[in-house]
Amino acid sequence: MIAEIGLGLLWLAAGLAVLQSVLGGLALKLTHRPDLGGAIKPVAIAQGVLATCAFVVLVYLFMISDMSVKLVADNSHSEKPWLYKFSGSWGNHEGSMLLWVTILALSGGGIALLERRVRRDTLIATLMAQGLIALGFYAFLLFSSNPFARLNPAPSDGNGLNPLLQDPGLALHPPTLYLGYVGMSVAFSFAVGALLTKDVGPAFARAMRPWVLGAWVFLTLGITAGSYWAYYELGWGGWWFWDPVENASLMPWLAATALLHSVTVLATRDALRAWTIMLAVVAFSMSMIGTFLVRSGILTSVHAFAVDPQRGTFILALLLIYIGAALTLFALRVGTVREGATFEPVSREAALVLNNLFLTVILGVVLIGTLYPIVAQAMGQQISIGPPYFNPAAGSVALLLVVAMAAGPLMRWRRDGAGALMRRMALPLALGAVVMGLVRLMAPEISILSWLGLSAAALAAAGSLAPLWGRNLRRTPLFTWGMVVSHLGVAVALAGMATDTAFMKERLVAVSEGEAADVGPYSVRLVMVAPVIGPNWTALEATMEAQRGTSRPFTLKPQARNYSNPPTDTSEAAISTRWDGQLYAVLGKQNADGSWQLRLWWKPWVTLIWLGGGLIALGGVLSLLGRLWRERRGLGEATHA
Amino acid sequence: MMIRGLILLILAGLSAPVLADSRMDAAPYAYVQLKDPAKERQAKELMATIRCLVCQGQSIADSDAEMAGDMRSLIRERIEKGEKPEAIRAWLVERYGDWVTYAPPTRGSSLVLWGLPLVLLMFGTGLAMSRIRRKAR
Repeated sequence: MIAEIGLGLLWLAAGLAVLQSVLGGLALKLTHRPDLGGAIKPVAIAQGVLATCAFVVLVYLFMISDMSVKLVADNSHSEKPWLYKFSGSWGNHEGSMLLWVTILALSGGGIALLERRVRRDTLIATLMAQGLIALGFYAFLLFSSNPFARLNPAPSDGNGLNPLLQDPGLALHPPTLYLGYVGMSVAFSFAVGALLTKDVGPAFARAMRPWVLGAWVFLTLGITAGSYWAYYELGWGGWWFWDPVENASLMPWLAATALLHSVTVLATRDALRAWTIMLAVVAFSMSMIGTFLVRSGILTSVHAFAVDPQRGTFILALLLIYIGAALTLFALRVGTVREGATFEPVSREAALVLNNLFLTVILGVVLIGTLYPIVAQAMGQQISIGPPYFNPAAGSVALLLVVAMAAGPLMRWRRDGAGALMRRMALPLALGAVVMGLVRLMAPEISILSWLGLSAAALAAAGSLAPLWGRNLRRTPLFTWGMVVSHLGVAVALAGMATDTAFMKERLVAVSEGEAADVGPYSVRLVMVAPVIGPNWTALEATMEAQRGTSRPFTLKPQARNYSNPPTDTSEAAISTRWDGQLYAVLGKQNADGSWQLRLWWKPWVTLIWLGGGLIALGGVLSLLGRLWRERRGLGEATHA
Repeated sequence: MMIRGLILLILAGLSAPVLADSRMDAAPYAYVQLKDPAKERQAKELMATIRCLVCQGQSIADSDAEMAGDMRSLIRERIEKGEKPEAIRAWLVERYGDWVTYAPPTRGSSLVLWGLPLVLLMFGTGLAMSRIRRKAR
C-alpha cells in the first residue's frame, strides 16, 4: 500500500508540473489576467512538497526493507547497516532519478517562495521553464523507471548493495552532484525566462548568480569527494582517471565556472549579455549530457545501449528536445538582447573573457574526448581516449587559464594600463620564475607538465593573494575573500597534482611477517596478518609499522575484505596522512612461500589536491554569503528610504 | 554519478580474476618492479596508457585483473630487454587493435580530436578580439 501511495504522489506532482507549465504559458500570453500568474507560485510550491513526499516514501520502503518492492529487493538487504539502507535508496538508477527530480521540484518551490529580485513576468516564465524540465523527468520516471514497481511473489530477502557502495562517501556523493546539476537547471530556467520576457540585464544576473554559485559549490564538492573516494577505494593510488563518468561531472563544472565569471561581469558591469545566456544553456546541456552518459548505459558499450534501448532512447530524446529548444529560443531571441557596456582590451572584463575562452576550450577537449569513442564505436571503430590525449590537450590550456586567473583580479574594470598591470604582477611572475628555475635544477627528470604546473601554481598562489595586498583585511568584502580563497585553492590543488605526479614513490614488494621494506623516506615493517570480522564481511588484516628515520613509528592496517551479500572481494587501503603527504598501503595476495604481496606508495603533498578542492568550494560559499548579505542590507536600506 | 561508473569498472576488475582465476601464480613482473628506476618509470608510464581489456575503463596500471598483471609483466620484461615504449605500444595495437591504447590514433578522422580544440581556440580568440576592438572604438 505504501509503495502505491508513493506512486500516487509522483503522478500528482507530475500533474502539477503540467499545470505549472500551462499556467505559465497562459499568464505570459494573457497579460490581462494577473490571477493566472498569481496561481503559479502555490502550484510550484505544492509540486516541490509532493515530490519530496514521494522521495520520503521511497526512503521509508528501503528503511523497513519492504522486499515486495522490486527496487528494494534488487538493491538492498535486511542485514545491511541502516546508513546503507538509507543511502541505498538513491544508490540505483530509479532512486537517483527520483532524487534528481525531487531536488528540481524543491528548488522550483524555493524560487516561487523566495525570489523577489526579478520582474514578475520573468519569474513566471522561469517557473514555466522549471515545470517543463521537471515534466520530462517525471515522464521518464513514470514510463520507464518506476521506482515503486512491485514484485510478486516477494522474495525472502534482497540482493544486497554492492560492497564498494557501502561507504559513508556514497551517502553524500551523488546528492551533492545532483544538487549541482539541478542548480544548473535553475540557472537555465532563469536564462529562458529572461530571454522570453526580454529582460536580460544586471537584475536578472543578480537573481541567477546565487543559483550558479550554489550549484558550482556542490559540483566542486562532488568532484573533490568523488576523486578522494576513487583514491582510497580503488587501491592503486590514482585520483583522476579521465573516466567518462568523471568527465560527465567535470564538464558541467567547467561550464559552471565560466558562467559564474560571466554572470558576475553581467551583474557588475552589464556586459557579456548574450554570452552569459549562451553559457547558461551550455551549462545545463552539460548537466543533461552528464545524466545521459551515466543513466543510459551507453558508456558500458553502444551495444548495451541498443540491447535495452528504452531508457537510453527516452533520456536521449529529453536531451535533444531540451537542448534543441533552448538553442532555438536563443537563436530566435538573441537579436533582442541589446549589446551591453563596452570595455578595453586590457581590463578586468577582457581577462574574464579570456577565462571564459580557455574554460570553453578545455570543455571542448573533454567533451570531444568523451564522446568521440562512443561515436567511433557506433561506426564500427574501437578506440580509447585517455591521459595521453587529455593531459596535454586540457593541461596546456589549463596552465594558460591559471596564469590568466592570477592576473585577472589585479586588473581594473573597463580599462587598465598594460604597464601598471605588469608592475602589480611583478612579484607573482618573479616567484613563478624562481620556482621554474629551482625545479629545473633540482629535479630535471620530471615531466614538462609537472614542471610547468609547479611553476604556475607558485605564480597563481602569489597572484591570488595579491588583491589583499595593502587592503584593510577587516573591511575587505566577504565576496572578495571568496574569490581570493577559491583562486588560492586552484593553485593549491595544482601544486598537489604536480607534486604527486612528479615525486610519488611506488614500491611493490613481497615480504614475510617481521620483514621490512622501504618506500620514499619510510621503512614499513609487516608485523602480522590476521583475520578480522565486520558486520557483513570477513577480512585478512595486515598490521604494519611505518617509521621515518628515528621518529616515532605509527601503525597501518590495510585489509583484503570478503563481503557475503553479494559475494565480492575488495581491498581496503590503509592511508596515513602526515604533514607532508600520505603513506598508502595495500595488502595483496599471499605467495606460495608464505610471504605477502604489498603495494606501498609515498605520495608527497597529495593531500593538497583535495585541500585545494575544499578551498575552491569554501571560496564559493564565502562569495555566496557575501553577496546575499550585501543584497539583504541593500534591500533593507531601500525599504527604509 | 562518478561513483556508479567506478563501481562498474571495479566490479569488472574484481570479478574478472574470480571468473578467470587460473589458480596460477601471477606473471613474474605483474607485482614486481624493475631494478633500474629509469626503466621502471618508462614501464610505468606506458602501463598507465594501456587499457585493461577485461576491465571497465581501467588502465593495466590500476587493475588487479589477472590479464592486466600479465600485460604489466610483458611490458616490464620488454622494457628490461631494452625495447622502446612506443615499439611495445605499436606491438600491442597490432595485436589487440586501437582499443588497447589510451593514446588515440594520430591519423584519419581522429585528427579532429586535436583540430577541434585548436579551431575553437582560434575562433574564440578572433571573436573576442573583434568584439573588444569594436567596443573600444
